Amino acid sequence: MRPLTPGLVVEAGSSVDNHTGAWRTERPRFLSVACNGCDLCAVYCPEGVVFKAAPKRYDFDPDFCKGCGICVEECPVDDIVMEAEIR
Amino acid sequence: MKVMEGAEAIADAVRAAGPKVVSAYPITPQTHIVEALSQAVADGRLDAEFITVESEHSAASVVLGAAATGVRTFTATSSQGLLYMAEVVLNIAGMRLPVVMTVANRALSSPLSIWNDHQDSMTLRDSGWIQLFAQTAQEAHDLHLVAYRIAEDPRVLLPVMVCVDGFVLTHAFEPVEPVSDEAVSRYLPPLSLPFVLDPARPATFGAYADPTVYTEARFAIEAAQRRSAQVLSQALGEFAALTGREYSPDFDRYRLDDADVVMVAMGTAAQTAQVAVDEMRDEGVAAGLVAIRRFRPFPAAELVAALGNASRIVVFDRSVSLGSGGIVAGELRSALYGRLLPQIVGVVAGLGGRDVSVETLTQAFRAERDGWIDLRPDLEEIAP
Amino acid sequence: MEAPDRLDVRIHGRGGQGTVTLAALLVEAAADDGWQALGFPSFGTERTGAPVAAFVRLSRSPIRDRGEVRAPGVVLVQDPTLVGAVDVLQGMTADGLVLLNAAHIPARISASRVRTLEVTELALTHIGSAKTSTAMLGFFAGATGVVSIDAVCRAIARRFTGEVAFKNEALARAAFSAAAERAAA
Repeated sequence: MRPLTPGLVVEAGSSVDNHTGAWRTERPRFLSVACNGCDLCAVYCPEGVVFKAAPKRYDFDPDFCKGCGICVEECPVDDIVMEAEIR
Repeated sequence: MKVMEGAEAIADAVRAAGPKVVSAYPITPQTHIVEALSQAVADGRLDAEFITVESEHSAASVVLGAAATGVRTFTATSSQGLLYMAEVVLNIAGMRLPVVMTVANRALSSPLSIWNDHQDSMTLRDSGWIQLFAQTAQEAHDLHLVAYRIAEDPRVLLPVMVCVDGFVLTHAFEPVEPVSDEAVSRYLPPLSLPFVLDPARPATFGAYADPTVYTEARFAIEAAQRRSAQVLSQALGEFAALTGREYSPDFDRYRLDDADVVMVAMGTAAQTAQVAVDEMRDEGVAAGLVAIRRFRPFPAAELVAALGNASRIVVFDRSVSLGSGGIVAGELRSALYGRLLPQIVGVVAGLGGRDVSVETLTQAFRAERDGWIDLRPDLEEIAP
Repeated sequence: MEAPDRLDVRIHGRGGQGTVTLAALLVEAAADDGWQALGFPSFGTERTGAPVAAFVRLSRSPIRDRGEVRAPGVVLVQDPTLVGAVDVLQGMTADGLVLLNAAHIPARISASRVRTLEVTELALTHIGSAKTSTAMLGFFAGATGVVSIDAVCRAIARRFTGEVAFKNEALARAAFSAAAERAAA
C-alpha cells in the first residue's frame, strides 16, 4: 500500500530518482582549453547539472544531462562541443 | 478519404466553414486545432483574422465581440482554459451569439493532469451552450459543420460547444472523409444575425437587466435550448442528404431493441463500449448501449422512450459532481424519475486519462451499485 | 507471417525519432491497402529523448476499441537502447514479433521473437539523418507482409514532398528488401 497524502502533497526532490541522462543522444565535452571560468555554462544549464570542477574547468552529471546543448550555445569562448553519445 | 489526426479533421471543418475571426490561447490537448487554423490563415486558405491573445478569458472575449459584429467565429480550449473563460462563456450564451467552440476534453486541477476526462465541459453544462459529444474524428469533423448550422439558426441563436476527448480523439490518426468546400458552402448559408454591433446603428449588448426582465431573458435561453433539439434534427437530416452520413440527433442506439442491461456513455468510450456490449452478449447478458451525442439540451424524453425495456441502466461517467456522484447518472435519474423504474447504477471511471479498456466497461456492466470502479487498491488517502 | 484479420501494433521510440509519424504513416499505408486503421500515441508529455510509445490497430472490420493496445502482435522498436529501459515484450501475444532497429539481438530478449535490421545505418545512407520512421515502416512491410511496399511509398509521398519524399521512399524500399530477404531466409 502506497499511501496518498491529502492533496497529493509529496516530498520535494523526486526528480532525483528520475535519471533523465538516458534521453541523451549527444553529450557535451568540456575542452578546458580556452575556458575562462565565467560560469555561463553552469548558469544556463536548464537542469543544473553543469558544475565547476576547477577554476577553469567544468564538468557535467551524466545521470541527468539531457544533451540539450545550451551550454555549447552559451559558451563565449567555444570551449564546449557536443559529441555522439556512446552507450 | 484522407488519414487525418483528429485535431486536423476538426480544423479542416472549421476552415471550410470560413470563420472571419479565430482567437485562442494554446493549451494541451487543444493546441493542434488552432495551430492548423493559424497555418491555414498564414497560407491564405482561410480568409480570417487570427487574433492571438494573452489568455483564454481574452480569447472568449474576442470571439464574443467579433460575433456581435455579425461574423462567424471560432475558438477552442481545454480544461483550465475553459474555466478561465467561464465568465465570458456564460456571457456569449446570454447575448445569444452563435459562437462555435471545440473543447478538447481534459481533466481539471488539482492534482494537475493534462489527460482526458469530461470534467471541464460538464462544469459548464449550465452555461446555456448547446453541448455535443463526438466519438470519432469523422464525427468531430461533421459535427463542427452542424454546430454552425444550428448555432446560427434564427430559431436558436445559441453558442455550441463540440466536445471531443483530448488525446484519445484529438491526437489519433484515422481515415476521414472531409466534406468538400463546395458542399460546406451549400450547407452553411452566409451568417445573418438580427442584431449586430454597427457604428451606424448603435446598440448595447449585455445590458443591465433589473428584476422585471431578468427572468424572462433567462427563460428565453431555456426556450431556445429546447427548440434547438428539433433544429439539430433537421440540420442532421440535411447533412445526411448532403454527405450520406447519418447521425441521430440525441444518442446512438447499439443493440438496444431487446436490451435488458443498458450502458449510457459519451465520447470515445462509447465506441469501446460497443465491443463490451458484444462481449456481454456473448456471455448471455442482453446488453445494449446508449451513446449520448447531445448532452445539452438533455434528451430526457427520448431517453424515457428508448429505455423502457431496460431493467438495469449503467451510466458510465467520466466526470463527477463531487459529493453527489456521476453527472450523467444524476441527470438520467432526474429524467426517468416517476416515468420508468429501472435500477440505475452510476459508475465513475476513466478520470485524468486512465485508460478505458473493454475490460473497464465490462466491469462497469457488472457493477451492482454506484461507485468508482477503476480505483487502484494499493492507493488510498492516509488519515489526515 | 500469415495475413491476420486484425493486428495490434505497439511502437517504442524516443521523443524526436518520429514515433508518432511512424504510427501515422502505418495507418496511412494500411488504409491505402484496404485495412481499417487507427493510430494514436501513448498520451503524455513528449520530450526529446524520453521513451515514448504509439499504438496502431489494423482490422478487416470497423475498429471500435479505443483503449490502449495491451496485447500487441507486432512491436516496433526504433532504438536498441530502449531494450532494457522499457519492457518491449510487455503483453505481446504468444506468436508476437519484435522488429528491432539494431545490428544484433540483445541477450536480454528471446531471439525467436525478434528480427533485427540496422535501420539507423540505412537512414544515414539514404536521407543523411537518423530519422527512422520511414525505414521502420519498410522493415515492417518486409518482415510481416501486412502492408505492401507500394502503399508504404504512397503514404510517404502524401506526407512528405519533393526530395524528402523521394529519398524516404528509397529508404523504405531498401529496408523492405533487406527485411523481406531475411524473412525468406
